[in-house]
Amino acid sequence: MVGHGHVSHSPKRYTGLMDWLTTVDHKKIGILYLIAGGFFFLIGGLEAILIRVQLMYPENHIFVGATFNELTTMHGTTMIFLAAMPVIFALMNAIVPLQIGARDVAFPFLNALGFWLFFMGGVLLNSSWFLGGAPDAGWTAYPPLSSSFSGHGVDFYVLGLQIAGVGTWIGGINFLVTIINMRAPGMTFMRLPLFTWTAFVTSAMVLFAFPAITVSLVLLMFDRLFHANFFNPASGGNEVIWEHLFWIFGHPEVYILILPCFGIISEIVTIFSKKRLFGYSAMVFATVLIGFLGFMVWAHHMFTVGMGPVANAIFGVATMLIAIPTGIKIFNWLFTMWGGHIRFTTAMLYAVGFIPTFVIGGMTGVMLAVPAADLQYHDTYFVIAHFHYVIVGGMAFGLFGGLYLWWPKMFGRMLNESLGKWNFWFFFIGFHLTFFPQHFLGLMGMPRRVFTYLPGQGFELGNFLSSIGAFLMGVATVILIINIVVTNALPKNAPADPWDGRTLEWAIPSPAPEYNFAQTPLVRGLDALWTEKMAGKKEMTPAEPLGSIHMPSASIMPLIMAIGLFIAGFGFMYHLIPVIVLGLGITVVCMFIRSLYDDHGWHIEPDEIENNRKGVKA
Amino acid sequence: MSGWKKASRLLPLFGAVILALTGCGDPYLSALDPKGPVAEAQLSLVMLSFYIMVGVFVVVMVIFTYVLIKFRKRPGQNGVPKQVEGNHKLEIIWTVIPILLLLILAVPTVITTFHLSEKKTGDDVLKVKVTAHQFWWEFEYPDLGLATGQDLYIPTGKRIEFELTSADVIHSFWVPALAGKTDTNPGQTNHMWMQADQPGVYKGKCAELCGPSHALMDFKVVAVTPFDFKSWADKMKAAVNRQPTTATAQQGAQVFQQNCIGCHAIAGKGGKLGPNLTAFGDRDKVAGILEFKKENIQRWIKSPQEVKPGNKMPSFGGKLSDQDISNLADYLQTLKVIK
Repeated sequence: MVGHGHVSHSPKRYTGLMDWLTTVDHKKIGILYLIAGGFFFLIGGLEAILIRVQLMYPENHIFVGATFNELTTMHGTTMIFLAAMPVIFALMNAIVPLQIGARDVAFPFLNALGFWLFFMGGVLLNSSWFLGGAPDAGWTAYPPLSSSFSGHGVDFYVLGLQIAGVGTWIGGINFLVTIINMRAPGMTFMRLPLFTWTAFVTSAMVLFAFPAITVSLVLLMFDRLFHANFFNPASGGNEVIWEHLFWIFGHPEVYILILPCFGIISEIVTIFSKKRLFGYSAMVFATVLIGFLGFMVWAHHMFTVGMGPVANAIFGVATMLIAIPTGIKIFNWLFTMWGGHIRFTTAMLYAVGFIPTFVIGGMTGVMLAVPAADLQYHDTYFVIAHFHYVIVGGMAFGLFGGLYLWWPKMFGRMLNESLGKWNFWFFFIGFHLTFFPQHFLGLMGMPRRVFTYLPGQGFELGNFLSSIGAFLMGVATVILIINIVVTNALPKNAPADPWDGRTLEWAIPSPAPEYNFAQTPLVRGLDALWTEKMAGKKEMTPAEPLGSIHMPSASIMPLIMAIGLFIAGFGFMYHLIPVIVLGLGITVVCMFIRSLYDDHGWHIEPDEIENNRKGVKA
Repeated sequence: MSGWKKASRLLPLFGAVILALTGCGDPYLSALDPKGPVAEAQLSLVMLSFYIMVGVFVVVMVIFTYVLIKFRKRPGQNGVPKQVEGNHKLEIIWTVIPILLLLILAVPTVITTFHLSEKKTGDDVLKVKVTAHQFWWEFEYPDLGLATGQDLYIPTGKRIEFELTSADVIHSFWVPALAGKTDTNPGQTNHMWMQADQPGVYKGKCAELCGPSHALMDFKVVAVTPFDFKSWADKMKAAVNRQPTTATAQQGAQVFQQNCIGCHAIAGKGGKLGPNLTAFGDRDKVAGILEFKKENIQRWIKSPQEVKPGNKMPSFGGKLSDQDISNLADYLQTLKVIK
């Protein structure tokens, strides 16, 4: 594991497995998020492959009816909540504190709690596969299908997502406070690297969007477990309210996912063009505007619900507006590259592949914003194609690029560039082969979430190509895993600044030491490290003398608190009151201990920091 | 480096190949091949937004390709490129032009959205009440006093005004070649209209996930000339007087009276839990999904769960003898109105 090979100063330092279970270090929590998110990504990917196997030919009989619905529901839910969100949080944890020159996040304990809640929620949700069947009402879980017409699986959805959602929400608050309060001297808001800006806006969106999904899940839980009638029209409830609540969360969620990837693309494009970001303040403004508009357009998912022409027209036009800040971003990236020295590393290939792909996704987004036309697109493969162009072609390309970029900073090893290029090309070609034909399938009349289709409707070729493409993306994922395994076997020798970076994370060793910055740096301009390089210096100017560094204590309590809620979740599902009491009791007792017991943390002394520095230089 | 550029240039070609290979799809299903004013208005908005977007895409791709070729790092190229902060003129251009393009799109969008949601009453429209069920469609003609299941008959050239609702979960009523979809929400009534310009059997689909057999919830919209429609409606009303002629069909009718009539109505008599079977013999699909032939009718009656998992019809495989089921199938095939 990440040991430092020096004498321990404190009994609070654990090693081995205990180190990982108790860590409050944002860099290790980032790695935990990456491992957990990567694991769920593989599960969600496997589900996608099975879906494409079933749809490869008309009238296949491999996964039919409810089984197919379980696969699609779990594919969507897993990819959004358990793969995309945590990998974004992985990169935010690993990089944001470094980019702002901080030694840690604002709330290290909460950070760990957020991770373990997400993880336990994800495990709870996926345990449904072994306990009577996974949720099968779609990732959108519209009642009354999800309330009165589905099996036990939806209980896992309701409880797993509540627990995971609380974890994500806590993480969002932590990053908001961290970015507001923990910036190094001179790191003003208008000098924040764009990835940090997007992480900031995303965290603010998490803060406001996740309560909406929690409320809707609580209402659905009451309908399912305690026979309430919030969504039961027969007893005066209204199922359309769920659709509003879900999308008041669900649409901002799309931007929660994509904004950090815009940030990553901005970092990659600047580094590998060797240029500062074109129109930095316009990029910041566009990010904030997208975050704001993201909350104003949820009903464009509901044009077919029967809201009437006034609401449909307003939400349609409001949705089109988002194209403007998004367009600003695309052109700013193009003009960042303009006049630069472009190096095609794997990270840059992902960023370059991102641009046309995301433009296509954005274009179909504008097409979908036209309510009368959306009546044809809605709930068809056209929509599937659109949001995969945005989420895979946008977000996944961004995240893969970010991983290739920051892997040395996270792990101290460089991913193999040749394997990286194979990985990119398989993924890029596979992606377009999978999703490009789906635009046409939708317009030719193929609804989404269908487990089969009759021959002779013109759907055969598109579906066949789509499945082949999905297999190619599977191959790409295998190449990525091989790359990670191969890289992991090599010595940890990544330089501090392998790409000629511009921001603060490249000013410290790879991987970053426990305390990040031996001395808090003084930031003297946008692209802090680049500013120093241009001034002819090799490293940052320190803002303080070398001194002892305060560190937070490791704690097993976040894990135990999450396990408590995990147990209580099962108690709720099976109506076992003692289990509910036990689970909630564990969590509440931990909260009491945490509140009553004063932990002042511990210190790393200057001589240890000096030893570390020499070790790096040697 | 040139490999990937070639590959990205192939993308539009790839799209064209797909279009050429598949055409616009099934002419009675595809939204790309509209057969009525609603679907035509919708397709024209699809195409307008598509052309605007293609224009934007081409501009982006031209700059993109130029930048990637022109500004790639060449061997031996050192030094630092000029660090450009931004350019107000350019930034205003790529803010204002998209606003203008969106205005061009927004005006027809709003007009069409209002136009398509107008309600009309009177003699020149035909009212149809649609009730969606897991996993079939019920159609009622309140002004004619008629009801059908799965097959919706409409006259060509006439505006059909729909009232849509659901008996259980949310479904969505979609006939791509005639009109976009509208959700059927339990406890609420939605409105839409459509019109077919030419006779034909248009395919309809459920577009909202509604349970295990969502994929199998197909239906038909049979558009016939106004003259044929009147004769169809008259025959539907006269169906009360139909009598089975063959011996097996007569026995099948008895089986029906004893086992099926609680859920299925024929010519106004019977329950409404299952599809109305007055015109069952005219259908070209059994249960919306199987080819219309006797074996498939028998298969459906014996084990409906095998065909449409999760549907509400009980299996009669153990309850009725094979002979009874065979007679019943014979009887059901005689339930014709036009063929």
